[in-house]
Amino acid sequence: MNTFAPPGALLSALLPEITLLCGALILLLTSAWGGERSSPTRRTARFALVIVGATAVAVVFAWVRGDGWTDDGRLSGDGFRWAIDLILLLGTAGALAIFDTAQGRTRAFPAEVPVLMLLALSGMMIMTAARDLMFMYIGLELMSIAIYVLAGSNRSSARSAEASLKYLLLGAFASGFLLYGIALLYGAVGDTRLAALGAADPSSLYLLGVALLLVGFAFKVGAVPFHLWTPDVYDGAPSPITAFMAACVKTAAFAMILRVMAEGLGPAIEQWHPVVWWLAAATMVIGNVVALAQPNLKRMLAYSGIAHAGYLLVAVLAYSQASASAMVFYLLAYTLATLGAFAVLGIVSEGIDGPVTVDDLAGLWHVRPGLASVLAVCLLAFLGFPIAGGAGFFAKWYVLQAALTSHTPLVVLVVVLVLASVLSAGYYLTTIAAMFNRPRPSESPMPVSTPVMSAAVMLVSVVALLVLGVYPSPAARLAAAGTISNAPQSTGASPTGTTASVPARR
Amino acid sequence: MMIVDALIVSAILFSIGVVGVLTRRNAIILFMCVELMLNAVNLSFVAFAKLHGVSGHVFVILVMTIAAAEAAVGLAIVISVFRHFGAVDLQNLKLLRR
Repeated sequence: MNTFAPPGALLSALLPEITLLCGALILLLTSAWGGERSSPTRRTARFALVIVGATAVAVVFAWVRGDGWTDDGRLSGDGFRWAIDLILLLGTAGALAIFDTAQGRTRAFPAEVPVLMLLALSGMMIMTAARDLMFMYIGLELMSIAIYVLAGSNRSSARSAEASLKYLLLGAFASGFLLYGIALLYGAVGDTRLAALGAADPSSLYLLGVALLLVGFAFKVGAVPFHLWTPDVYDGAPSPITAFMAACVKTAAFAMILRVMAEGLGPAIEQWHPVVWWLAAATMVIGNVVALAQPNLKRMLAYSGIAHAGYLLVAVLAYSQASASAMVFYLLAYTLATLGAFAVLGIVSEGIDGPVTVDDLAGLWHVRPGLASVLAVCLLAFLGFPIAGGAGFFAKWYVLQAALTSHTPLVVLVVVLVLASVLSAGYYLTTIAAMFNRPRPSESPMPVSTPVMSAAVMLVSVVALLVLGVYPSPAARLAAAGTISNAPQSTGASPTGTTASVPARR
Repeated sequence: MMIVDALIVSAILFSIGVVGVLTRRNAIILFMCVELMLNAVNLSFVAFAKLHGVSGHVFVILVMTIAAAEAAVGLAIVISVFRHFGAVDLQNLKLLRR
């Protein structure tokens, strides 16, 4: 029953993660080498970018070769894992570039920050790959512990420290629930592998385990009513770290949730489906309604992130191959838009004490048309506006499609999603109107010129969003390859070991 | 039966932890309550291991390792908060409300 994969197989299945971890540890040593005075933070950030690139090569290599499966069924090598890994790597690279800009301006961060980002990334990649609840939990904690520190990485800022403590306490509380859920599922089934959970009969112990697992998940993605930590943490953490959390943590958490739901919790679908339905509906509506009242941009983006968690829960509910692909596409668009928005936010926050508000953006178009356009495109992408919002429109479209073509079409939920999106226009468009229509107040500081790293992030995210907005096929193909291997509506054969490890794209 | 007893104790300990997190406001006490929750889970892992074999014991070791890492990081964060605010009471942490 408890067979373990031989070390060699494990090594090849985890090759990208191991590349990343080795790189991160070497980076940690070299950043300590220089001592306090040489201030090697930016150099570390740039080397971290190189390591991210190397890991991306390893991911593509593993995907093409069809690596990643282990015979004991604890690791998955399906397209979903590799597609999500690539999105995570993209998000981390963007966050590192934004971080480089922030460090060049404030010099507030120690050199360990990029290393911690890489360690968090390795945890995320393990979460994406795991088909065993304990393995998943280790990845989750590897990510979370690094993020707790990152949230407090600006040691001169009291806000940053407060965000860090709040995130730590609520995050650890949530993982307590998650772990208790895992323990009960283990007690009910005798195994923590998702394949075994998916083949079990749901006893009452099993259902209790699923309920606790759901509470833990809902906390981690910030779904209503477990969302209260999100705005505080997003607001207090340094901007580059907020970008990292908004883009990557959300991506990894949803990848984990979808895999657990699709592979492991199928037997209890009757029970969890209505619960997640209400979670999704409440998250979409409340996230958007509260965001309407937020003048502080980072808090507004935090509530918008909560609403997006609701949209993604709809994809989880659709529960099919199509929903895995829709989620991959959605997360790609969301990551790009988040990076672009936070890159702009990092530039305009220069010279402003305290949080950036919508009023600080007034008339941005008249002084810095480039920044205003980038932010406008990203906000429209969040909104899901066609053409000008680029890929954001197709992201929502694919989610709606997946929801309507699932076993039990989620018509009411789709209506809620569309109405919630209309509601969200209230704050996205107000912000855009403030940038373009209002005059620039004379006392507002002139935004600094954009450093090359941030400019690159903005350029990549806007170009990618707009190109995918008129020609989504390349990303849609990537997303279509990113399916979970034994999600419903596939032929029903669950892959065991290497026999089913045909790469989805060749 | 031993297993059921252990599970009941573990559920009670877990509930104490949850109630503590929800009602207390001192960061250190909150942290202790979280640790109590994790250890309650460990107890149920050990109890289930009697039914399902050795893997439950392995999970306990993993959880303990992770909890130790979390405690180290957590206490460091509590210290940094103390340096800024002069207290570790959550009621004093009000910078992030609008």
